[in-house]
Amino acid sequence: MKKLASYVALALIAAACASKETKTEPQVADRSTPAPTASGTTGSMQTTPAQPSPSMAGNPLTDPNSPLSKRSIYFDFDSNAVKDEYRPLIQAHARYLTNDKRDAHIRIEGNCDERGSREYNLALGQRRAEAVKKMMTVLGVGDNRIETISYGEEKPVAQGHDEAAWAKNRRDDIKYAGE
Amino acid sequence: MKRAFLALGLLLGACLAHAQLTIDITTTGGRQVPIAIVPMAGEASQPQSVSEVVGADLARTGLFRLVNTSGVSPLPTEPSEVNFVDWGSRAAEALVIGKIEPGSEGRVEVRFRLFDVQKQSQLASFSYLVAPAQLRATAHRIADVIYEKLTGDKGVFSTKITYVVKRGRRYELQVADADGFNAQSVLASNEPIMSPAWSPDGSRLAYVSFDQKKPIVVVQNLAQGTTRIVAAFRGNNSAPAWSPDSRTLLVALSKDGLTQIYRISAEGGEAQRLTDSAGIDTQPAYSPDGQWIAFTSDRGGSPQVYKMPAAGGPPQRLTFEGSYNVGPRYSPDGKFLAFVQRDGGRYRIATLELATGQVQVLTDGVLDDSPTYAPNGKMVLYEASVGGHGQLAAVSGDGRVRQRLTSAAGDVQDPAWGPLPTN
Repeated sequence: MKKLASYVALALIAAACASKETKTEPQVADRSTPAPTASGTTGSMQTTPAQPSPSMAGNPLTDPNSPLSKRSIYFDFDSNAVKDEYRPLIQAHARYLTNDKRDAHIRIEGNCDERGSREYNLALGQRRAEAVKKMMTVLGVGDNRIETISYGEEKPVAQGHDEAAWAKNRRDDIKYAGE
Repeated sequence: MKRAFLALGLLLGACLAHAQLTIDITTTGGRQVPIAIVPMAGEASQPQSVSEVVGADLARTGLFRLVNTSGVSPLPTEPSEVNFVDWGSRAAEALVIGKIEPGSEGRVEVRFRLFDVQKQSQLASFSYLVAPAQLRATAHRIADVIYEKLTGDKGVFSTKITYVVKRGRRYELQVADADGFNAQSVLASNEPIMSPAWSPDGSRLAYVSFDQKKPIVVVQNLAQGTTRIVAAFRGNNSAPAWSPDSRTLLVALSKDGLTQIYRISAEGGEAQRLTDSAGIDTQPAYSPDGQWIAFTSDRGGSPQVYKMPAAGGPPQRLTFEGSYNVGPRYSPDGKFLAFVQRDGGRYRIATLELATGQVQVLTDGVLDDSPTYAPNGKMVLYEASVGGHGQLAAVSGDGRVRQRLTSAAGDVQDPAWGPLPTN
């Protein structure tokens, strides 16, 4: 009982600390783009929970055997050129959006490695996202169904400070609304 | 239950004390003025030693050398008690004495005097009636007076700085005194926080929040703790920069394609597009007189610093050395821009003298970013990377004095130096 009381007290004080902090957190006003619900798993599509789909037995977006489960496009340093090896991936998503899920919206999230200035990297990541968006719109996906944003260098999936880590962080991720 | 209280105490301690910055001077340059700062009479019984804070403030600038006061007995607290010949033999050129006495309503009266030892003359004398809890702030004000009397420049010891602390996935926006003390968290989030910027009146911070899983621009009133979303358009919203009158912001938005520069009220509303290039335009900054906007653009193929008239007109390119010059920030007198320059694989802080076009590289780090001028223009605070971790550092405008600001709290990044106090 003593132990429980101390845990409760700790929780209360932690809450007191936390509430002081959360008081100033900005309110979410613009909900035009649904925020991903799988909080805490951002940055790694592999861990996003499967989305049940009424029309299919399995969800192709998360089925590892489906090309649609592949969501990441990697870039060279200082480049927003989409390499040929990623064309099939982009074409598969464009086909899915134009043939199977005509009401789905996606977000393309650009990322950079840690080198360079934060704010310029934020813009560079967004240009990487635009590069993939442009290919998709050419393939028939409506402009208004794709939002391009960037995390710049702020959300590296690889934490190292060498080329192996940087290569993993120069990346676009395709995310479907509701994921 | 005792143990629970102990744990409570530890947790509370962790809440308050996690974020102190320690500022060490790593390089000094040029001649240092020898100054003797005598312990003030009556300060031993106060919660804060005023003379120690004054001495630490002045020494940190690299422009002063503290003269040893030990062995002087009795220590002078009144002009009549000063033996100028003795201080002269200790090679002191300036001398500070003072005393703290009880005042009315629980307050204390702090009186200090500054002397020119060689001329045996008084340069300044002020007294302050303050609450004992305000003694640290009073010491900063005294240091400001001494600094201005002896150098001719405004002191910045009473100013504040803000920066982002990152610990694991936890981000905090903190505000601290310019000496790193009294750090307070004004925002905490599990999503990144970027690019804090002080309103010139010191009342608000604009910053980039990712709480909506994308970058948006938020303005926070520091006294009230209230926040307002200023820009949350489709795409990215970032790089807030205040107008000199604190009423409007320049922001970088990607709502119309690639990132471009817009002007928006600090209250939010419609955004007016200011640049129209086929590349990226970002990192805007108003000149102190509000006539110009400096920014980063890669319209010419590589990212370079440009400026354009704030009232509209063609931009002109300002940087030509190298393939990466970004993130310009005006000096308070409007004569210089500090920016990030890539040289080989290294990113360093450089300054550009606008009248001559002369560029001077100030730092020698590997990944320096986010330069921000002290409001007297004498130091540039910036983010350095040490062993892959963000740390703050400062360098004098001539590159000769260097400071390192260390924190045990985690990565410290994205600093912004606040304005001079208005009083």
